[in-house]
Amino acid sequence: MTAENSFYGPLADPAGDAGHREHPPRMGFFTDTSVCIGCKACEVACKEWNGIPEDGIDLLGMSFDNTGMLGASSWRHVAFIEQERPLGRQDAGLAGLPVGPSSTEEAEEVVADALEVARRGGGDLGTAPVDLGFPSFDLPGAGTGTETRTQFRWLMSSDVCKHCTHAGCLDVCPTGALFRTEFGTVVVQPDICNGCGYCVSGCPYGVIDRRPDDGRAWKCTMCYDRLRDGLEPACAKACPTDSIQFGPLDELRRNADRRLAALHEAGVTEAQLYGRDPEDGVGGDGAFFLLLDDPEVYGLPPDPVVPTRDLMSMWKHAGVAASALLAVSAAVFVRGGRR
Amino acid sequence: MSRDGAVRQGRDGRDDDGSRERSMVPRATFRSYYGRPVLKPPVWEWKIPAYLFTGGLSAGAALLAAGADLTDRPELRRTARVGGFAALLASMYLLVADLGRPERFHHMLRVAKPSSPMSVGTWILVAYGPGSALAATAEVLPAAVRGTLPGRLLRLAARPAGLSAAVFAPGVASYTAVLLSQTAVPAWHDARRELPFVFTGSAAASAAGLGMLTAPVAEAGPARRLGAVGAAAEIVASRLIDRRPGLVTQAYTTGHPHRLRKASEYLTLGGAVTALTLARRSRVAAALGGLALMAGSVLQRFGTFEAGVTSTKDPSYVVEPQRRRLQARGEGRDEE
Repeated sequence: MTAENSFYGPLADPAGDAGHREHPPRMGFFTDTSVCIGCKACEVACKEWNGIPEDGIDLLGMSFDNTGMLGASSWRHVAFIEQERPLGRQDAGLAGLPVGPSSTEEAEEVVADALEVARRGGGDLGTAPVDLGFPSFDLPGAGTGTETRTQFRWLMSSDVCKHCTHAGCLDVCPTGALFRTEFGTVVVQPDICNGCGYCVSGCPYGVIDRRPDDGRAWKCTMCYDRLRDGLEPACAKACPTDSIQFGPLDELRRNADRRLAALHEAGVTEAQLYGRDPEDGVGGDGAFFLLLDDPEVYGLPPDPVVPTRDLMSMWKHAGVAASALLAVSAAVFVRGGRR
Repeated sequence: MSRDGAVRQGRDGRDDDGSRERSMVPRATFRSYYGRPVLKPPVWEWKIPAYLFTGGLSAGAALLAAGADLTDRPELRRTARVGGFAALLASMYLLVADLGRPERFHHMLRVAKPSSPMSVGTWILVAYGPGSALAATAEVLPAAVRGTLPGRLLRLAARPAGLSAAVFAPGVASYTAVLLSQTAVPAWHDARRELPFVFTGSAAASAAGLGMLTAPVAEAGPARRLGAVGAAAEIVASRLIDRRPGLVTQAYTTGHPHRLRKASEYLTLGGAVTALTLARRSRVAAALGGLALMAGSVLQRFGTFEAGVTSTKDPSYVVEPQRRRLQARGEGRDEE
């Protein structure tokens, strides 16, 4: 069978581990959110190129984000987060002017309360329409004047499938529909997938989902068709600020380290890399990020672990339980003399 | 007012240590993206927990039938074989119907993949099914066929077939625990050590319930004992889940999943007590006790399933344990 670290831990060559002999270097995305301007060109280019169906046109009340989450029909998702604090050493020029609380927090509460009662807790976002009660007649927190001016920064980040070194979705797929490509990426074959839904729960990032009308699981392919033709993925091609960078993963990691150092030097001490570390719970991501706040603020898990890590331990426990069942079933008959 | 905007207070009544009493210290806030789930809640609906029950029932019944066959209890053998195979047919329906593309169910058979518990389970069921089917068919042969050569051959094959089903039955009863645990669903993954015992216990209890319900009191002694032991295992293992430290446990100990599992516990306990007492004398009591054990098993499966779904809908179950893990790791590094 596979080597011990095939399920967990650092793995230098996922494509080779999957059986590709002569293969190109591992390709990836580095999404530098510090230069994202929230134009959503990536979302549009992705939908266009991959022919992805509409996933519900709803206003969500999440700042400028009306996609909400990655899903079966949203393979790029731009998150918008409004925060009452400056970016780095930026001066908002508010000294001496009246300032007050913004309506951000209130709006967030309204959204969160609506999500709580939505189908699948809002997990349908990115896959199917979700009505959170917007547009409403009253803008939450509206009705105040210029005194609501405040320190402000707007975080934007284009999320995407992480193409994990150890991909939970790939490990649990019972049909072989999900596979590791020669580029080290993870792709679903739509002609094989039978819609069992296991991958949806296997993903520690909440990326892959099943389309209700079509019954199959879908997610980002890193434009496998374009890669095979030597082209870069549609989202990276469309990104006007190079927030989405595409290339050999080693190269991207070096770029990211340099960019992080530059930002720290510029006083943006909150900048952090996410998914860069091959020692993390999924063996490092093929698509990683530079974030300006903690991952959970962007809706990302802070310390994801591939469920397959515990494969052997889980089967051992199941084996003990199964043996116990067999032993007890025999024992109740051996004592049968008593009736 | 929060500095970061995206900070959200946890839901009411939850404490850090997983205890049911409210602590005096308010629970730490966690940060999220508009309170949106981090994970995709399972796309599986009622058919999967229903299968967890029918699959377990079938497996337990196969074991009971093999024992009854070897110890000359024809009625218990007959009902367990037929009931076990009926439960297997129900399982097949539930599993195929739950697929997004049911007509592609056979794609499960194009690979054997050790890393996927669903693939392993598929092959366990493939190995288990024929024995169960043969043994059950032998029991329901019409009198006209029984005497013919194929009929006699089938009846000869029934014992080896029933035994082969019994060999694979423990796998059928326990693999589903691994199937749920090998997910990113916090409540299922966290309970990975206890779940196999909950599920095999539940399988034994439900099959024993079937035996008590359908076989005469004189033959159902092993079923009653299996019911008592299975129920005990199920209750103890699920109590161990309730006592696990950490926030995620509250997916089991609060709300709808908690109510399902509590009801399951009462029914299972009642069924087990009946099995050890009244069911030894009264056919009616045995039937009621058997029904209680089966109902307890159904609710256990649905309760466990619902707890998992709940733990994916609320981002705090994902963010808080992971954040705490990172903090603990950071502190460990500082001390070095």
